[in-house]
Amino acid sequence: MFFWITSALKVLVAVGFLAQIGALLLWVERKQSAMMQSRIGPNRATIKIGSLEIRAAGLVHSIADGIKLVWKADWEPTGGDHFLYRLAPIAAIVPALCLCAVIPFGPTVYVDHVRDLYDPAWATDVATAARSIPLQIANLDVGVLFIFAIAGAGVIGAALAGWSSDNKFSLMGGLRAASQMVSYEVAMGISLVGSMMIFQTVRLDEMVTWQTQHCWGIFVQPVAFVLFVTAAIAETKRVPFDTPEGESELVAGYFTEYAGLKMGMFASGELVEVCVSSALITTIFLGGWQFPFVQLTGLEFHYFGINVSWHWAHFIVVALGFLTFTLKCVVLIFMQLQVRWTLPRFRYDQIMKLGWRMLLPAALLNVLVTGTVLLFLNSSNG
Amino acid sequence: MEPVDLDFEEADLELPSEPMTLLMGPSHPAMHGTIRMILKLDGETVQDVDIQPGYLHRGFEKMSERGTWSQVFPYTDRLNYVSPLLNNVGYALAVEKLLGIEVPRRGQLFRVILGELSRIADHLTCNGAMAMELGAFTPFLWFLKAREWIYEACEEQTGARLTHSFFRIGGAVFPPTEKLQDQIRSILPRLLEVVVEGESLLLKNRIFLDRTQGVGILTREHALAMGASGPVLRSAGIDYDVRKDKPYLTYAECDFDVPVGEDGDTYDRFMVRAEEIRQSCRIIEQSLDLMKKIEKGSPEDAVSIVDPRIVLPPKDKVYSTIEGTIAHFKLIMEGINVPPGEVYGYTEAGNGELGFLLVSRGGGNPWRVRVRGPCFFSLQAAHDMIRGGMLADIIPTFGSINMIGGECDR
Repeated sequence: MFFWITSALKVLVAVGFLAQIGALLLWVERKQSAMMQSRIGPNRATIKIGSLEIRAAGLVHSIADGIKLVWKADWEPTGGDHFLYRLAPIAAIVPALCLCAVIPFGPTVYVDHVRDLYDPAWATDVATAARSIPLQIANLDVGVLFIFAIAGAGVIGAALAGWSSDNKFSLMGGLRAASQMVSYEVAMGISLVGSMMIFQTVRLDEMVTWQTQHCWGIFVQPVAFVLFVTAAIAETKRVPFDTPEGESELVAGYFTEYAGLKMGMFASGELVEVCVSSALITTIFLGGWQFPFVQLTGLEFHYFGINVSWHWAHFIVVALGFLTFTLKCVVLIFMQLQVRWTLPRFRYDQIMKLGWRMLLPAALLNVLVTGTVLLFLNSSNG
Repeated sequence: MEPVDLDFEEADLELPSEPMTLLMGPSHPAMHGTIRMILKLDGETVQDVDIQPGYLHRGFEKMSERGTWSQVFPYTDRLNYVSPLLNNVGYALAVEKLLGIEVPRRGQLFRVILGELSRIADHLTCNGAMAMELGAFTPFLWFLKAREWIYEACEEQTGARLTHSFFRIGGAVFPPTEKLQDQIRSILPRLLEVVVEGESLLLKNRIFLDRTQGVGILTREHALAMGASGPVLRSAGIDYDVRKDKPYLTYAECDFDVPVGEDGDTYDRFMVRAEEIRQSCRIIEQSLDLMKKIEKGSPEDAVSIVDPRIVLPPKDKVYSTIEGTIAHFKLIMEGINVPPGEVYGYTEAGNGELGFLLVSRGGGNPWRVRVRGPCFFSLQAAHDMIRGGMLADIIPTFGSINMIGGECDR
């Protein structure tokens, strides 16, 4: 019972959070781009209560946009496949939301011992472990493989939208989306093989544990980090990889024919993907919820001849872990938005060349080198 | 036509396919709402393209025949609406050629300064918009910020930001204001800074280079055959600039270079425009210096000629003297009496050689006004620049031609 209640709560919090993140990121993106481009950004939308005017630095615009999208005419093209047309936005946004299920956003909370110092024995103690809350919705054995499978399903939404809209621009956008996402899926998968070999697991919580005990993934797999970030940005279909919706030649690409909330689902799905990919990069390469030099027991700094051990209560470590995870995600999201406003977009064939001729060979080479080094280290140890 | 990147053996292995016809425009974000392209696509490759301009045809030439010579000015503002002052200058010079008059020196320098400011605005907009259509939004808005300073300077001098209608046959409406020197001198260095800043985001960017280099190539021969001019022609390697080869106004006194491209691709067109912005700044600075040297009160110091048959009398004279009233009445009701004849006046506008062929049969109205809009000829050449490329290449290629609907369709 305890498990079901906590799980339901976690799902509610995560989905609710991600559903709102679209509106929030829209505001962040607008304000950030305004700063970069010497503009003021949105500041007009106002909620008036009597003489009180609430603008919240443009945050009200996100609410106004949401209301506008809901009340827009739900127009549909007369031709095309109506069932698939309505299914496509759902097929696009659901995988993005599902992805967050396996990402650990904090250390396991042991409800009975929140005020105590962490003790590894808790995990093996049956009664304590039964009343623990892993800050992760689903702790799957397949971990990363689940992510690849679900992220791969994301392409279905775009392809369906392009096909069912009965519009040549949409069709070309859908085709571009399908080929681009499938191509980068390959490079993305192989770029993580090296990390899996080092972490010796595909479970995301164990990956974080490994990084807590040794060092962050970015230091042992720097090449994979660059490859994975590139492929992840390509998966979100944002500039410079936004040819599927390349607004200058394909109008709006695969969602040209969508209006109102359906269009909003594609748009916010994209922002949710930005958020989830940031969380994923954080988990695999940036130590997840780990704050530098902090173990489950507290601060442990034993370098350069300095030895500091500062023990904290369990709930402080948990809270710090959750905050650290959020902070790392926010930094990565900012970075991704920054890329969006700095770079022009690739041409379709250039994206394919980059994916197949550069990222994929580099990822394979990374696997080879990692394997060789691991083999060498193991044989010299044993 | 075979896809360009496949050799024949590979092409034979392709499944049989037929080209897809795609109607691009006029309601399409890249077509300015004024152009339609009918594309025959093989996958993403453009097999053939049919460019159909004319959606902004307003009958400029016919409208001009209905009014007096002076009433054409507001129409010229709407030719290339990104640099209206250059069109004002072009038309005024053509009529003055027919009348056989020349504007005093101060008026000439004033025309050069405001005209070059407009050219900078034109090039900033074109380069920025091209980058924006490639997805680089930020440089575009930086360039527009700089353009805003130019608009402020133009507003100070002419009273309008976009449709100035400022120059007149025989001069200008007002003499330069006191702010002219300081304001423009303070703008130029800031403007060049913004240009460098914007370019730093593009010219060291592999993506931008890949998207523009070797794309939309226009050969020398083809550029000449199609009658292209301005930056499009110069980027193809031909150093024809009306300001240099047939100097008008005070351009002969200014020291400036004509940038020339090598390959005639989109990148070269971008770079030619970027360099012309710097050269225009040089011209403006020199012209401001020359203007300072004019002796106060000398005949050279005026902006308009003194001839009541051509230039409107000042308003206080109109209301207080009978001569002023009659001159005003005659000029407004009958127009300037231009002697019969035919003349082709041509200047270097933002997009290239802007020509006005004027036919007069005497009297206050033009008999025929024919405009050689430079971007119409660049658009002619676009057909071969686009064909054989990729669908996505249409965007930078078309953007770098700087097709302005008002000028192309008239």
